[in-house]
Amino acid sequence: MNLTLKIWRQKNAKDTGKIVEYPMTDVSPDMSFLEMLDVLNQDLIDKGEEPVAFDHDCREGICGMCSMFVNGQAHGPDSMVTVCQLHMRSFKDGDTIFIEPWRATAFPVIKDLIVDRSAFDRIQHAGGFISVNTSGNTQDANSIPINKHDADTAFDAATCIGCGACVASCKNSSAMLFVSAKVSQFALLPQGQVEATDRVLNMVQQMDDEGFGNCTNTGACEVECPKGISLENIARMNREYLSASFKG
Amino acid sequence: MALDSKIPQGPLADKWTKHKNDINLVNPANKRLIDIIVVGTGLAGGSAAATLAELGYNVKAFCFQDSPRRAHSIAAQGGINAAKNYQGDGDSTYRLFYDTVKGGDYRSRESNVYRLAEVSANIIDQCVAQGVPFARDYGGLLDNRSFGGVLVSRTFYAKGQTGQQLLLGAYSAMNRQIGRGKIKMHTRHEMLDVVIVDGKARGIIARNLVTGEIERHSAHAVVLGTGGYGNAFYLSTYAMGSNVTAAWKAHKRGAYFANPCYTQIHPTCIPVSGDHQSKLTLMSESLRNDGRIWVPKHLNDVEAIRNGSLKPTELAEEDRDYYLERRYPAFGNLVPRDVASRAAKERCDAGYGVNKTGEAVYLDFAAAFMRYGKEQAHVKGLDENDDTLVRKLGQEIVKNKYGNLFQMYEKIVDQNPYETPMMIYPAVHYTMGGIWVDYNLMTTVPGLYAIGEANFSDHGANRLGASALMQGLADGYFVLPYTIGDYLADDIRTGPISTDSKEFDEAEKNVNETIDKLINNNGSKSVDHFHKQLGKIMWNKCGMARNEKDLKEAITEIAELREEFWKEVKIPGNADEYNEELAKAGRVADFLELGELFAKDALVREESAGGHFRDEYQTPEGEAMRRKEFQFVSAWEFKGEPKDAVLHKEELEYENIKVKERSYK
Repeated sequence: MNLTLKIWRQKNAKDTGKIVEYPMTDVSPDMSFLEMLDVLNQDLIDKGEEPVAFDHDCREGICGMCSMFVNGQAHGPDSMVTVCQLHMRSFKDGDTIFIEPWRATAFPVIKDLIVDRSAFDRIQHAGGFISVNTSGNTQDANSIPINKHDADTAFDAATCIGCGACVASCKNSSAMLFVSAKVSQFALLPQGQVEATDRVLNMVQQMDDEGFGNCTNTGACEVECPKGISLENIARMNREYLSASFKG
Repeated sequence: MALDSKIPQGPLADKWTKHKNDINLVNPANKRLIDIIVVGTGLAGGSAAATLAELGYNVKAFCFQDSPRRAHSIAAQGGINAAKNYQGDGDSTYRLFYDTVKGGDYRSRESNVYRLAEVSANIIDQCVAQGVPFARDYGGLLDNRSFGGVLVSRTFYAKGQTGQQLLLGAYSAMNRQIGRGKIKMHTRHEMLDVVIVDGKARGIIARNLVTGEIERHSAHAVVLGTGGYGNAFYLSTYAMGSNVTAAWKAHKRGAYFANPCYTQIHPTCIPVSGDHQSKLTLMSESLRNDGRIWVPKHLNDVEAIRNGSLKPTELAEEDRDYYLERRYPAFGNLVPRDVASRAAKERCDAGYGVNKTGEAVYLDFAAAFMRYGKEQAHVKGLDENDDTLVRKLGQEIVKNKYGNLFQMYEKIVDQNPYETPMMIYPAVHYTMGGIWVDYNLMTTVPGLYAIGEANFSDHGANRLGASALMQGLADGYFVLPYTIGDYLADDIRTGPISTDSKEFDEAEKNVNETIDKLINNNGSKSVDHFHKQLGKIMWNKCGMARNEKDLKEAITEIAELREEFWKEVKIPGNADEYNEELAKAGRVADFLELGELFAKDALVREESAGGHFRDEYQTPEGEAMRRKEFQFVSAWEFKGEPKDAVLHKEELEYENIKVKERSYK
């Protein structure tokens, strides 16, 4: 099939950037979206032009590195996939496809479609852990049984890949879904209880310091999340935060 | 230099404990005076960085991704082994040790593997304490499943995302130390050389991938947790950025490279679909717990399936060849990976492949749906003879176990694996070879360590499923943090290592010269062109079955391709900016050297063992034929060009296991 790509090109963080149009011919429906961009990049290199820079690594939807807005949707039109798992069979001959980076104050553009997501790491530094030494001298793994439902719910929250689609999709550029996924994972497990108060207060503080917006319960984050992280996590974090505020 | 594996004396089961008691310690106040560089933040690098920082050392950690959480350990699906014997099925440290040595086709070091089995149980305790949400049963206790090459259930898992959960555990431990300032994290940085001062590893040269700046970083010791080199094959289940550069630069600075030809070709991956393909996707080995592998018995059925006139679900049971169950009744679909891969190749080479390219076999869950469904119907008091109902109930159970894998398959192949069997084919997945290390995980360069997949030590010629996660975390959490202290105990008075020295000057100059050469080359072909060419040579001549003629050709062809690369490679843009093509070019340049050594190692090893199968050395039944005279580790010393590399042998001794024919029948 033949397509028209309209891609955001920005040389570096200081450049203003603009949309550039590229025609694509003979695109196979079996290609992944990123493989289609690989083909474009090979053409550009052959012509002596600079290829389009984009983040990608595992190409199987788990590392969270790939990050692009495709036709106004984070990771493109399919649900529950990252853009590396999106296939060209989701498009049809003659389509025009707009490709842009994540847009958020806290995610400045590095080049073309690549943004700086280190703010996410800094939120995790503030409390995304259980303070247990890694010496191995802990108690036996089966000494505390954990209700299967709680363990499964904690797992579901823990499957967040930290891609940033939630922030990019939110009209307020809020990171609440990302932060609440980690807070929820630990809040649901007995091991996480000890530091629950400090954790939620510190992580939320860091989130605010990084310049992410507030949550107004629009729910776009949940819809666009490639891992289906539930909005319930935000509700759980709000409860945790409220009770921590009274204690804290 | 003679190889000294430094295996402690004494009975196998006491070696590690005794060694820990014998080695030097660094007191907590002195640890604050010592810097350690850790390159790579996967399970090995991440867990090592966190633990070393927690012990009090100053850690400088590096990864090429934008966050340590993205290292490719995250993609490991199936699980992690540990000799906990929670299932009461007869597991023990010895059995895990035995299975691993046998699974590795008697080409691994006994003492290292025993230590691995010994610390395995601790890993699970540690991860649970860190909040890793492993799968649990309804009583709230940890659940297990079974993997290839073993007869017990010792694999702990978190759905099909075990690697992700374990890596996020290690990442959280790192975050705690980054927050305390004990780890200084450098993301989007690539290590381009090791700096050796007075014979000791004292730092690295790294490139900031965003600004292009070349940086000097010093430390008292350098740890490489930089993963495997399977991307030499171009198409593999590795991440796009996975590379051999750090390990190869270490090799060029004096670290011997061991068993480069031992590569794991994993039996259950999604088959190649076309020329545009950039990577292959694994379907976890855990699926072989419940999926049955087959091809049609008759060639006319193969033809009908390929041209679409027959659906696989329509083929009668008696017309299917469940070839693993037929050939290996004791282990069936759960034979080790090398055995399963070769069996798939054998059937496809004989013309029984079920897709258009003739390179695919079926992985079928229909029997599992019915088996689980019947159980559910019984539990719920429903009609066990209602096939539609039973299948639906069974599918729910399978979805619970492997839902994300089924979803991934459907997204890629555009077929629903609940309705029709999956199509799979072997793909490059892991490298057992790597940098040679002694019992302390130190390379042949003093102060330079290699951990996880980057080293060679624990898996012999074939790695068993769910053992990579175990080894990565064992090395990083529980082995290296002890053994490195023994070396650093001599460095408590050394003081900070200066980066202002002739050794750093020289290393930086080298790096700059290579980059200048690449960026100003003005050739006519892209980096990917050369990478794909290399991949084709590797797959066709150094793949699942190798022979003398092919390997000799591969050596010549790779050397020629390397020469052409340096003449003709074309890299757009500049060196002082984000430039992915430049980064890729450096990696491919190293693959082009490693590839030749790989073929040379495979040529020298005139036997078949594990993932290394030589056509000339097989039993009458087509199984791998090991040879006693090759019971050694090949450790290659760099001498300028891959063809000049010098072979050193570490003889392998088996005192606790009787070496015998590896049989899964």
